[in-house]
Amino acid sequence: MIMRKAWWKILSVFLLIYTFTFGLISEVPRLPQLQETIRNLYFHVCMWFTMMILFIISVVHAIKYLRNNDLKSDICSRQYAVMGIVFGLLGYLTGAIWMSFTWADPNNPAYASFSTIARDPKLIGAAIALLIYFAYLVLRDSITDIDKKARISAVYNIFAFAFLFPTIWILPRLLPSLHPGQEGNPALNTDDVDSRMRIVFYPAILGWTLLGVWITTLKIRMTLLKEKMLMNV
Amino acid sequence: MLNPIHPKHRDENKNQLYTEMKKIFTSFLFSMMMIFVYAQDSVASETEMADLMRDNGKIYVVIAVMLTILFGLILYLVRLDKKIGRLEKEKH
Repeated sequence: MIMRKAWWKILSVFLLIYTFTFGLISEVPRLPQLQETIRNLYFHVCMWFTMMILFIISVVHAIKYLRNNDLKSDICSRQYAVMGIVFGLLGYLTGAIWMSFTWADPNNPAYASFSTIARDPKLIGAAIALLIYFAYLVLRDSITDIDKKARISAVYNIFAFAFLFPTIWILPRLLPSLHPGQEGNPALNTDDVDSRMRIVFYPAILGWTLLGVWITTLKIRMTLLKEKMLMNV
Repeated sequence: MLNPIHPKHRDENKNQLYTEMKKIFTSFLFSMMMIFVYAQDSVASETEMADLMRDNGKIYVVIAVMLTILFGLILYLVRLDKKIGRLEKEKH
């Protein structure tokens, strides 16, 4: 049997192949501080974009649960939040690798001391946001009654989602920071992102997001299968 | 592209045409924005980049490695997807 609903999965694979190939070959702005690492826009930044989109889908399912009391929405909500956390951690990890060659490298013009890096508002904000979502998982595991668990965690999910905005998007742009963004949307405005990069960047976001959604749908299907098997026993 | 014009479809076709025109116009506009980038050439060419890797073709080795890893992971996902599909079919 061929994989079901395959078209967007195939699209995801092609977009990722496109990202990996043209991400390395295509022309990028030649900035003295970042040099080739600017290509991380297609990887590190995409991880965070994917995390946001997955969290959006998670909160949509949480609201759906609150309206319909359908436990399937609750399962979807949890799995999308888990994958969002995974991509957030990958974003953090790739950021740490990237910064160790730019911000933390004494030979690089972009060098900043460790304390400056540790105080970067976006790092702290992202850590807080991820911790809030970890608390969502802990909350889910602490309640035994299925319906109560679903209802309470759906409400918490909405709060956790709302909190993403001040911690990651708003406060880091108001404070002096190593990250770009003081002038407005760094990844989406026309001044900051060179048009040569945008032709790889936007498809990359889509490709990574579809990959995240694909993995999440597999997890959801596995969870549903497990529940069915438990019921039949 | 356009169906024979049935009164019911006439507005649909008009919208389709406008959407197509908007798409063509927007992509033309975006491609025109590339002109403004070339002013920075003199400072930029002094920056060290991986041009050597691109010139001697070794960049393709890097790409090949990355794509191999990607294919390996995608293959695993496809197998998993099919396995789950099979289990779902069995359950019914």
